[in-house]
Amino acid sequence: MKNWIVIGATSAIAESVCRLWSTRGYNLFLVGRNADKLESVKQDYTVRGADTVFTHVLDIAQLDKHQACWEQAKAAMGRIDGIFIAHGTLPDQKRCEADFNHALTEININATSVLSFCTIAANEFETAGSGHIAVISSVAGDRGRQSNYVYGSAKGMVSLFLQGLRNRLFKRGVMVTTIKPGFVDSPMTADFEKGGPLWATPDQVAAGIVKSIDKNRGVVYLPWFWWGIMQVIKSIPEFIFKRLSL
Amino acid sequence: MPGVFLPQGNARSYGDSCMLHEGTVLSTRFMNRFIAFDGETGIIRCEAGVTLAEILSVVEPQGWFLAVTPGTKFATVGGAIANDVHGKNHHVEGTFGAHLTQFELLRTDGSVRLCSPTENAEWFAATIGGLGLTGLITWAEFKLKRVSNSAVNVENIKYQNLADFFALSQESEQDFEYTVAWVDCLASGDQLGRGHFSRANHARVTQPKPAPSQHTLTIPVDPPVSLVNSISLKAFNWLYYHRQREKRVTQTTHYDPFFYPLDHVQNWNRMYGPKGFLQYQCIVPMEHSEAAICELLRRIGRANYGSFLAVLKVFGDVPSPGLNSFPRPGTTLALDFPYKGAQTMQLFDQLDEVVVQAGGALYPAKDAHMKPQHFKRFYPNADQLESFRDPGINSSFWQRVMEPST
Ligand SMILES: Cc1cc2nc3c(=O)[nH]c(=O)nc-3n(C[C@H](O)[C@H](O)[C@H](O)COP(=O)(O)OP(=O)(O)OC[C@H]3O[C@@H](n4cnc5c(N)ncnc54)[C@H](O)[C@@H]3O)c2cc1C
Ligand SMILES: NC(=O)c1ccc[n+]([C@@H]2O[C@H](COP(=O)([O-])OP(=O)(O)OC[C@H]3O[C@@H](n4cnc5c(N)ncnc54)[C@H](OP(=O)(O)O)[C@@H]3O)[C@@H](O)[C@H]2O)c1
Repeated sequence: MKNWIVIGATSAIAESVCRLWSTRGYNLFLVGRNADKLESVKQDYTVRGADTVFTHVLDIAQLDKHQACWEQAKAAMGRIDGIFIAHGTLPDQKRCEADFNHALTEININATSVLSFCTIAANEFETAGSGHIAVISSVAGDRGRQSNYVYGSAKGMVSLFLQGLRNRLFKRGVMVTTIKPGFVDSPMTADFEKGGPLWATPDQVAAGIVKSIDKNRGVVYLPWFWWGIMQVIKSIPEFIFKRLSL
Repeated sequence: MPGVFLPQGNARSYGDSCMLHEGTVLSTRFMNRFIAFDGETGIIRCEAGVTLAEILSVVEPQGWFLAVTPGTKFATVGGAIANDVHGKNHHVEGTFGAHLTQFELLRTDGSVRLCSPTENAEWFAATIGGLGLTGLITWAEFKLKRVSNSAVNVENIKYQNLADFFALSQESEQDFEYTVAWVDCLASGDQLGRGHFSRANHARVTQPKPAPSQHTLTIPVDPPVSLVNSISLKAFNWLYYHRQREKRVTQTTHYDPFFYPLDHVQNWNRMYGPKGFLQYQCIVPMEHSEAAICELLRRIGRANYGSFLAVLKVFGDVPSPGLNSFPRPGTTLALDFPYKGAQTMQLFDQLDEVVVQAGGALYPAKDAHMKPQHFKRFYPNADQLESFRDPGINSSFWQRVMEPST
């Protein structure tokens, strides 16, 4: 039995992960901004076998409330074995180009708030000498593209930050897992044309996440073939890449 | 909300009752959360898009089982209610609807009704077997049954003819919760209706069987022609009938292969080739059962058509709570046929004659051809269901069968 904090606990991917963890009888501390949705997933995880499920309403953009949230989780569960960070938004790229304030809001949600939680967890876990930090970044963070470079650069920052943390915490027995999904059929991508082999379900990605955490993996692409796709995308020389409309 | 809608579960119905050609299908795919489960009383509440498979995975390890299950575990709770589905234990437990304690119904005008046998009872009855027409079921609560483990004790008996089938059904009614027979459609004369009678009970205190391997057989591509033709059917029926040398074989198995044999062959329908296949499931009242089933099998035999799966079962008299439920006392015969255009339709017309004459009915969940004039005879409460129908909801099936008959 383990005690995990889940940030963005109502995300489709996080929900699939929590269902798997529930069948193992984990204790879960769910953080999200929508109280009704949190209550509904809490009931679901409880029926599926989770031991005790706590909920905590928080708009993740409020960085000054992160420490208090962490303290509450600790008070509720006693020990914290891991933090899984899954919240995110897919910004309207055109709007971000026209309005930097909007871009900043998106960067705060997708990057800054993540780094804030990671910092709190890293310091606690470092002192404790154990713990696991698992974060959903994205393949979009591997290379900047004209169609969504604000989201991409926020995810890129998360990936690099985690790389540094992993390096810092490795000697202290703290695990850091960077999760890079490809296209996932979730509410975030509701407006996309879907279908075809590149689209995965939240359940498929969640199974990969749970396995990667169990195996203490560092960086994972989900499904696995995105590793190959991103190797190719990253290897295209910039003088060619800049002409592409990806 | 403008336009016309139809709720859809996992689209495991065979015909057009889960389709709407001109309108929008409301998928319940993401309505799949559990709400509450009481391990003491076995009462479970969940959203309507939860599948029976998910329910079993949660409750079976705690010693509970679905009181009624159809032959696929991929049906959703909403679909199970809207077709008021039945299982091999109809003679004991009745239909799925008989175990419902309450559900919530959402209409396209935004109104919400809590429905139970005592609250909004008329909506409760109209929605059970209501083909999704009365509104969207958002969540439902129902009673499960106790089991001691995941195993079932199954007895398979090879029998000679239709009279034997009815004798076995009667003999087994008392002591066996699950009964069903597979019929060799190609046998004729004094062997007409021969087959295998299977009867079973949940095991009591034996060791639980390990879960069957998740390995599934997949028909990966659409073969250019149907693999089901009269030669393969003859061979299949012959082999199936003779697969068991002994007259009687007993075994203990995990519940999964017993209840859900077809769920293990993904895309099994592909083996019928690009034209696909049609199901035909009817029920005939008990007093005419033997004569009517006999005549149905004769007509199928004469058409030299065969059927890959033919299943026969006697229903009991536990009443269905639904206004328009298919199950009623009598004998049900379910068949599937590779689709051969006009030839298939001719055969179905001939079968319909028998069903109508016997005072029987066809099952909307498996129908793509029922005639409007027949539908109203099979379902005398159809007009009442029409009055409960949400004006913003319709289905291709309903448009077809409610069309004014000429
Ligand atoms: C291999 C196999 C074996 C089967 N064996 C049996 C059997 O033994 N006994 C039996 O009775 N049936 C059997 N069936 C049929 C199946 O159980 C029914 O068709 C069932 O309704 C399918 O459920 P579904 O979730 O796929 O619903 P769908 O097929 O998607 O929809 C069925 C109906 O339910 C309505 N509906 C779905 N969800 C909702 C909702 N939330 N609110 C309101 N209406 C809703 C739809 O509008 C439609 O009218 C079998 C089917 C297969 C494929
Ligand atoms: N879908 C994809 O194709 C894809 C691909 C790669 C990576 N990802 C990443 O995967 C993660 C999960 O996404 P998903 O696909 O599961 O999408 P999702 O279901 O839309 O989940 C996003 C979640 O983030 C929450 N959220 C957003 N802003 C918030 C805020 N300010 N405060 C609190 N919560 C906030 C949302 O809360 P509400 O429920 O209240 O709206 C929602 O639960 C995200 O990090 C995403 O970037 C997704």
